[in-house]
Amino acid sequence: MIKHEIFEKNSIVLLIGILIVVSIGGLIEIAPLFYLESTIEKVKGMRPYSPLELAGRNIYIREGCTSCHSQMIRSLRDEVERYGPYSLAAESMYDHPFVWGSKRTGPDLARVGGKYSDEWHTEHLLNPRGIVPESIMPGYPFLLETPLRYKDMKDHLISNRMVGVPYTDEMIETAIEDVRAQVDPDADTDGLLTRYPKAQVRDFDGNPAVLSEMDALIAYLQMLGTLVDFSAYKADGPNLR
Amino acid sequence: MTRETTAKARLSIDGWVTAGALTIGVFYAMLTAARTEDPLMSVHAYIFAGAFILGIFGIIKAYYDSSERREKEPTDAPVEYNLDVIKAGVIASVFWGIAGFLAGDTLAFQLAYPDLNFDVSFFNFGRLRPLHTSAVIFAFGGNVLIATSFYVVQRTCKARMPGDFAPWFVFWGYQLFIVIAATGYLMGITQSKEYAEPEWYADIWLTIVWVVYLFVFLGTLWKRREPHIYVANWFYLAFIATVAMLHIINNLTVPVSWTSTKSYILFAGVQDALVQWWYGHNAVGFFLTAGFLGIMYYFVPKRAGRPVYSYRLSIVHFWSLIFMYIWAGPHHLHYTALPDWAQTLGMTFSIMLWMPSWGGMINGLMTLSGAWDKLRTDPVLRMLVVSIAFYGMSTFEGPVMAIKAVNSLSHYTDWTIGHVHSGALGWVAFVSFGALYCMVPWLWNRTQLYSLKLVSYHFWIATFGILLYITSMWVSGILQGLMWRAYDDLGFLEYSFVETVEAMNPFYWIRAIGGAFFLVGSFIMAYNLWRTARGDVRVEDRLLAPENVPSPVAAE
Amino acid sequence: MEYNDISEFSRTWGLVYLVAMFLAGIVYAFWPRNKAKFDHAAQIPLEDD
Repeated sequence: MIKHEIFEKNSIVLLIGILIVVSIGGLIEIAPLFYLESTIEKVKGMRPYSPLELAGRNIYIREGCTSCHSQMIRSLRDEVERYGPYSLAAESMYDHPFVWGSKRTGPDLARVGGKYSDEWHTEHLLNPRGIVPESIMPGYPFLLETPLRYKDMKDHLISNRMVGVPYTDEMIETAIEDVRAQVDPDADTDGLLTRYPKAQVRDFDGNPAVLSEMDALIAYLQMLGTLVDFSAYKADGPNLR
Repeated sequence: MTRETTAKARLSIDGWVTAGALTIGVFYAMLTAARTEDPLMSVHAYIFAGAFILGIFGIIKAYYDSSERREKEPTDAPVEYNLDVIKAGVIASVFWGIAGFLAGDTLAFQLAYPDLNFDVSFFNFGRLRPLHTSAVIFAFGGNVLIATSFYVVQRTCKARMPGDFAPWFVFWGYQLFIVIAATGYLMGITQSKEYAEPEWYADIWLTIVWVVYLFVFLGTLWKRREPHIYVANWFYLAFIATVAMLHIINNLTVPVSWTSTKSYILFAGVQDALVQWWYGHNAVGFFLTAGFLGIMYYFVPKRAGRPVYSYRLSIVHFWSLIFMYIWAGPHHLHYTALPDWAQTLGMTFSIMLWMPSWGGMINGLMTLSGAWDKLRTDPVLRMLVVSIAFYGMSTFEGPVMAIKAVNSLSHYTDWTIGHVHSGALGWVAFVSFGALYCMVPWLWNRTQLYSLKLVSYHFWIATFGILLYITSMWVSGILQGLMWRAYDDLGFLEYSFVETVEAMNPFYWIRAIGGAFFLVGSFIMAYNLWRTARGDVRVEDRLLAPENVPSPVAAE
Repeated sequence: MEYNDISEFSRTWGLVYLVAMFLAGIVYAFWPRNKAKFDHAAQIPLEDD
């Protein structure tokens, strides 16, 4: 059989054969996700992250929070009862990258926003076992002391726009002011709230003197899962996810 | 060719190309260091620049050394294999292995006793975890694969690797990638995509190194003086080529700027999730399975002194394995926002994958038929065979866990961690240890290992450690999964989350102790290999006769 | 693209494709004329060198 001989003796044909065989599965599984209704549907309430939330999300990523916390509530009874409505594809449509996670050493955080107070989060991040004695989470006291670096926030928004997040020119222009405005209860926040509806404005870490990494991280945690109003959301058609 | 002409110092073409590229690299790295406002980027730019300068010095030194050795062989001279780079790969494997196991066991103790995080940024669990996974998979596993693939492809092709510097570029370039990745994790530079954490510039560097690796491997196949490409090389080639494809697609990203360490991944949400697990599962399939099956198909027959049980089966094994693995990724996303059909497809292929996996296991184990007595006399062969048994076990457990109903319980729990480690410690590490025990005497021209007794100790201590590890993770995983879904008589969830965390504590201790046993075993191996390389032989009762060292030149 | 289209396609042509791939692999491995070649290839690691 000639076909066999070719593989046996010709390394390039072998290489091409391998690449063809391994490409098929990925193509067939991944490509439809860019076209299928259930994976690209838009849900009311979803908006891009505010600059402060985005900065907080980057700290969440930097500290490896995803190693122990998922952000994906599966459509199983106990998970829905424990954490809230199961996660929709649309809820992570602006997540570059996704942070669904794969391990729950700690609880799921997809809908942690609003469940605890800012003070709780600050204390808990400073010293988890001060609040929850059985917790095995590391403490993050350095976040409170580290001022947030946000000088290049515009570039962050521009990169996000390049990968498909609909940040407008205005949002990019005001990125740096928006970071400051969101932690300043006295600021004029009309513009911020028009650009980012439901954005929560306050000093998050209890220290108004410093715009710290703690402010950004808590701003992110407090908005998780709060954008979609599930009392109004109705999945139309059969749920095929 | 006369002696006079060959005695002149000269640099091969790949030396010139490498030196030129490194010079450009130095300037680019210095420019980045000067321009960046990101302090972390400047650290990495200086590391790159320093490494490139060392590389240029290395090439200059080789240039002057070349006048003292025979530069070019007459065409009728025997083929001399390039073994030096493989020796370096063996040393790097042992070093990174110990580093990776140490990081892993540190994490295990942190989970059992959280004060060990010390609440310092670079020592916290979240930053150490990618350090551990990358160190064991890419630093340890990767170096083992590079070293063994260079060894196997040269021997089975009866040809020397092409280039004087290209193989060294692959080796040192890969070490540089590891250093950049590892220091990056500790400083908080991560994409957070599991097993693909390094940021964009490290990814680009790895891509360059990997393409050179592919060409060194292919170049050896092209130069071969043996009509057939032995099946182990098929597995290595699939590993190299597929990992290149996975790496590039999963790391498509837009940097915030050319001088920033941060980037944003091209895909979002559910699409990114599937691309990631398409990558993640095939990192298991092609890095940790196909590559190490290449080791199995060479070292087990070699050590047992018998050809592989069925060469036909190995071909069916190869094509069916690489075809089916690539579909299995969605089983990491059961009951999530991924569409149902993709989950079902992933589950179906994962279950089918059981068959080629066990075909390979049977092929490896049956290679010993008629030579089972060697298991009693040769602890190295015992290690190789037990690795195949663990391969069989974890490739049975995997399909079971990919079934949606099982996955609803096992996902997000320690069962997954246990499963990964039965494959990683039992299969990947043991088959690597076996290969290292085989190769060190061959490479350093010794007729036997320093001590077979120490191999035996390593084997038993490490096996005991693995058993502690996986049994504790089975119990804790299943227990936690059951506690999460337990309801009381009134129909409420019975346990708060933190109660399930508390229940894990004894098992985390057992796991950490199991990991410590495994780590101790690797120290024993390092000592044994070091003494072997030195040429020492321990006086002890041996059931195994000294073997012939394979010649460093190819037979005609 | 609808869910049902993909599901339908994979249940019909997908099956045909998989069976064809599998048969091709088996035929290729068990073709009698290849036996000698495989026997030789299997010896490569053991050849004295």
